[in-house]
Amino acid sequence: MSAVVLTLGDDVSTDVIYPGRHMATVLPTETPQFAFADITDFNAKLKARQVPAGSVVAAGKNFGCGSSREQAVSTLKGHELVIVARSFARIFTQNSVNLGLKLVEAPDLEAKDGDELEVGAAEVVNATTGKRFRVVPLPPARQALIDAGGLIAYTRRRLMEKAKG
Amino acid sequence: MGMTVVEKILARASGRASVKAGDVLEPAVDLVMSHENAALVINQFLEIFQGTGQDAKIWDPSKVAIIFDHRVPAESPKTATNQKKVREFVGKHGIAKFHDIRGDLGGICHQILPENGYVRPGAVVVGTDSHTTSHGALGAFAFGIGATEMASVWSLGVALNVEVPATIKVVVKGTLPAMVGPKDIILHLVGLLTAEGANFRVLEFHGDTVRTMSTSGRLVLCNMSVEAGATSGIVPADDETLRYLREEAGVTDALTPVQPDADATYERVIEIDAAKQEPQIACPHTVDNVKPIGAVVGTKVHQIVIGSCTNGRLDDLEVAARILKGKKVAKDVRMLVFPASGRIYAQALLKGYVGDFMQAGAVVMNPGCGPCLGVHEGALGDGETALSTTNRNFKGRMGNPSSEVYLCSPAVAAASALTGTITDPRTVVGGAR
Repeated sequence: MSAVVLTLGDDVSTDVIYPGRHMATVLPTETPQFAFADITDFNAKLKARQVPAGSVVAAGKNFGCGSSREQAVSTLKGHELVIVARSFARIFTQNSVNLGLKLVEAPDLEAKDGDELEVGAAEVVNATTGKRFRVVPLPPARQALIDAGGLIAYTRRRLMEKAKG
Repeated sequence: MGMTVVEKILARASGRASVKAGDVLEPAVDLVMSHENAALVINQFLEIFQGTGQDAKIWDPSKVAIIFDHRVPAESPKTATNQKKVREFVGKHGIAKFHDIRGDLGGICHQILPENGYVRPGAVVVGTDSHTTSHGALGAFAFGIGATEMASVWSLGVALNVEVPATIKVVVKGTLPAMVGPKDIILHLVGLLTAEGANFRVLEFHGDTVRTMSTSGRLVLCNMSVEAGATSGIVPADDETLRYLREEAGVTDALTPVQPDADATYERVIEIDAAKQEPQIACPHTVDNVKPIGAVVGTKVHQIVIGSCTNGRLDDLEVAARILKGKKVAKDVRMLVFPASGRIYAQALLKGYVGDFMQAGAVVMNPGCGPCLGVHEGALGDGETALSTTNRNFKGRMGNPSSEVYLCSPAVAAASALTGTITDPRTVVGGAR
């Protein structure tokens, strides 16, 4: 069971997740401090380590739209947040698969701050309201990358295979 | 079964006779681009090679382009140090398509790639920037990726797990009215599709309005395709594409335009009547919140921006200079102009546009992304409103979450600079073509 720690609407852009003014900070070890930097109370909780790993950010449609900045993914991955949204934008989806940030697409999701969610492979159950929401599975090609341990591990393996001929 | 342009390009790049939407491929990549975020790509690239016993080596440095544009000249020691690291890497790995901070060769990545002839019809192009969709204007399949994915491409020369996107055909017909241009068409289309209406899809542009449009205008259409979520926008290459590449980009070698098959499968066809279009405005805080200009005329603005990878080219500056020449920017509004490249800046100087802007009271800045993404210069104060020819108006986009950004064409931006409020260019003297 995971608690919803932040509830957001539709079209949350990467500018909201990781504001452009922090883009000169690039390393995954350094980006977590700027997660949702302009949602100052939530950012303060993250930095004070008051948000347990596995906590859920719940959102509407098209989460992660806009820029391709990978910091928007590494910053959330750094806090081991799980993003449950009605849908996700393309580049953000691919970056999350590459870096191992857990995204769950539940097109009919209804959740608010404090709700307890049971996030499964086939459905999300909102234990607080008793409502159940279907989950859209990842396409096999993206699941394969996750199973390989992310894109860096997968590319490394391909390089080794190539060297062996 | 027939193929769309992107399907044909991906079939060629994957060594297959045919592909269809939904197929998963590993296409060979013809050109890759990064800007300042090459600093992160380098970090991920070196990590990939750790423990492999191999030297970190780019598969083909001649296909790599790196352009500094997001924060030029550097705004902070951190950025300057990132740029320095990238510069050192570029030297070590022999990356020739490197555009440093220079008045002659520098500029915005999405202008530098076309004007130097790096993008060819039929090519697969990836860039660590969402507006990489721009390069579809030259008949290439071009899409944005993240830094780690770019590190993977640098290592292997292929893009892994590319799912062939479905294609939406957009047919634009008719003659555009005066003071209505490509920006108004794409804003109208994004409003129609919504911000996720083309997610994981390609927008393939057709119709006589697009056929008679300059490459500069086509770049606007493809650039902002991503604002509807599209993987890519594409205009099948034609005589204008070849003219641009030969005459403006100086390409001399063979070019092979790719056309869609007559019986290609489209998910959907959208028709737009150009003759009925009006100036369009994307209102805060989403790009799909699009209204005809009449709905917002008179809205007070504090800063006008003309520039960016969307609307910083010579024809954009020409439209604006024609409206502003001999007049004054209103007293209580700041106007910032950013030519998209050094080459365009020099052309604008020769044509007299830079003088027209300065005499009107605008500030002409150096080429680069400028205030578009709120990291460098031209920040907004609390409660201030900008009217901009850039491509995004998300909350906080120009660096201040308590400000607002409206998006428009260069004609609207210039007309509004004269009044300090959103103004219909069709009502301003000099606004008539």
